[in-house]
Amino acid sequence: MKSWTTLLRRVAAGAAVALLCAPAFAQQPKPIKIGFVTFLSGPASGPFGVPAKVAAEAIVESLNGGKAPAPHNTKGFGGAPVELVVIDEAGGTTKQVTEYRNLVQSVDFVIGYISSGDCLAIAPVAEEVKKLTVLFDCGTPRVFEEGSYKYVFRTRPHATMDAVAAALYLLDTHPNVKNFAGINQNYAWGQDSWNDFTLAMSVLKPDVKVTTSQMPKFGAGQYGAEISALIQSNSDVIHSSLWGGDLEAFMMQAGPRDLFKKSQLILVAGEPYLHRLGGAIPDGTIVGARGTHGVFAPDSPLNDWLKEIYRAKAGTEPTYPAYSAANAILGLKAAYEKAKVAKLQKSIPMGANKGVKEETQKAYAAGPDQDEIIAAFEGLIFSSPSGRMAMSLGKGHQAVSGTAYGTTKLVSGKVTVTNIKRYPIEKVQPPEGMTSADWIKGGMKAK
Amino acid sequence: MQEVLAILIDGITYASWLFIIAVGLTLVYGVMKILNVAHGSLYALGAYAATSLGGYWLAHGYPPVGTYGMLALAAIAVGLVAGPLIERGLLRRMYGNEEVVLVLITYAVFLILEDLSKLLWGVDPLSIPEPYSLLGNFEIGGLVYPNYNLLLLAVSLLVGAALALVLNGTRQGKILQAVIHDREMSAAVGINVSRVYLVTFTVGAMLAAMGGALTAPSIAVQPGISADTIVLAFAVVVIGGLGSLGGAALGAVLVGLVRAWAVHKWPEVELFSVYAVMALVLILRPKGLFAVPEARKI
Repeated sequence: MKSWTTLLRRVAAGAAVALLCAPAFAQQPKPIKIGFVTFLSGPASGPFGVPAKVAAEAIVESLNGGKAPAPHNTKGFGGAPVELVVIDEAGGTTKQVTEYRNLVQSVDFVIGYISSGDCLAIAPVAEEVKKLTVLFDCGTPRVFEEGSYKYVFRTRPHATMDAVAAALYLLDTHPNVKNFAGINQNYAWGQDSWNDFTLAMSVLKPDVKVTTSQMPKFGAGQYGAEISALIQSNSDVIHSSLWGGDLEAFMMQAGPRDLFKKSQLILVAGEPYLHRLGGAIPDGTIVGARGTHGVFAPDSPLNDWLKEIYRAKAGTEPTYPAYSAANAILGLKAAYEKAKVAKLQKSIPMGANKGVKEETQKAYAAGPDQDEIIAAFEGLIFSSPSGRMAMSLGKGHQAVSGTAYGTTKLVSGKVTVTNIKRYPIEKVQPPEGMTSADWIKGGMKAK
Repeated sequence: MQEVLAILIDGITYASWLFIIAVGLTLVYGVMKILNVAHGSLYALGAYAATSLGGYWLAHGYPPVGTYGMLALAAIAVGLVAGPLIERGLLRRMYGNEEVVLVLITYAVFLILEDLSKLLWGVDPLSIPEPYSLLGNFEIGGLVYPNYNLLLLAVSLLVGAALALVLNGTRQGKILQAVIHDREMSAAVGINVSRVYLVTFTVGAMLAAMGGALTAPSIAVQPGISADTIVLAFAVVVIGGLGSLGGAALGAVLVGLVRAWAVHKWPEVELFSVYAVMALVLILRPKGLFAVPEARKI
């Protein structure tokens, strides 16, 4: 009996949605305003912040025109047009918290934050002001391992995956490695990346030795002494999570000094620089994209769509920050639309023929409320240009996905990635209720 | 032994780079008593101008060796344009205010120039790597170093020697020292203090831009490089003593060697090492190692 009622309600809701989406429908839903916070200035703007902004604008434009492929082919969010309010993430956590408090007054949702420090600072404030906030690019696992939030979601996997998959790939391709060194920036991202990598290596190959760990400050620029120390360490492998100008400066200075002739290089966040650095990336460098983004993204109509709209706007290929932006917007859209359908289903009076249109019109125009969207977002599985994303950790608030690593190869002067190996979720992510460190120490077993 | 040699070479290379930047900062402070925060932006402008001019040169198929000329041209052009513009257009109207007000004004200039750089060059990292690798490498103690480091060392020695010579061995240098000692008395005896200020600030700006232009071939030029550099340059001049040429040299060498030692022997403290030296020096000599004793005015 219940299943019949549910079926009838679904059919009625589907018919109502179809009816309401028709052009003749007079009561248009009001635009949805999304605050988009990304680096527009400072060192992170060039490689991450601006590509994410360009992607977000291109995606919103395309969604509003109803041009995205299925399952995201409804206009805007469930028929409501989307507007972006873009804010600069530069200036540090104190400034960001102030900016966030101002921003939430005028927007419906917030998508943002590349810096792990900003994510850790914003999450409790989002909870306090009760504003649905999607963290789109920061990597620290601490957000949901140390906190529990109702209003905060993160639509990209956390950084443990990057370090664990790097160790797995290294040992898959170089099983005889005896020692390794590291050069990572001296702040949360660099430290976490190095710690997780060394921990994973110690579990996977306990006899492997650490030779030296160089931790230059963020934005150091000059790496002469670090390169000398790395050369003198005679390491088989050099692990690096450097990014942006720091990575480019390091590559420019280390290449002429023959560092990479002696040691195998792993660039955990190397993918955005494959085209920029070109010949400065030596053949055989192991690179990751912090997920199945960019060159690692699976072939799909959604991936083709992102590439096309990004190229049209930026004139270049989308790199992983563009994919992170896509995950966040499409994840929120999927949650919004799921909540909207649920609301429309509820709005249809049981067994009534009268008042159906009025009720559904009212529900359609109002859209789902924030709590309904949150309920729909928790544990959601949605499609994105990076593949299938599942909100499985952090009580349904933290996304997981598999990842991939590959090795660079120069072909006709162009850097390509070969020998791509893909790692499923259970091999690179801890299960729910377990911290990354405990999971790695425990042998990285699936639950 | 090999490690000691590496520490010495790495330390001296870093010191050469630091000295070129810090010496302009200390010169401006010594003469004008202005702690010029915008010095970092002038460094960044020099780096940006070097990538543009060097890129232009190479894009037109001219011989790559000419990029060294482009680096020099970038430093001179930025110094000659930005120096007089800031000094005549802004600072000259503010002399007589307290030092802290002038610091705030140069901070405002720093912020304006940061945005101007973004407006002109965008936010993507830029590079001009050719001059860095063009000179080849040398090998010592099993380590390969680019000859470009030797060029950096030669330029810093040349800059230091030229400034010492001008300050101590020429009429203009004596005039400058008179202004450093007492601005009012210098003006009273007929020295054109206004012109001295203009020339000093322009030379300071040129040195900052030269630091940036010479660094551009080995780094990615991008927003944010100015702030990172000015903090280090401040540490160097504070260690050496504000306004002291010898102090800037000693401060740069001390910072360079301590940092290189930390990187090789104790990488965990590298971040902290430069500021530990600064704190130690300030505890022992609050006005820096080479602070000039100030005459008390009655």
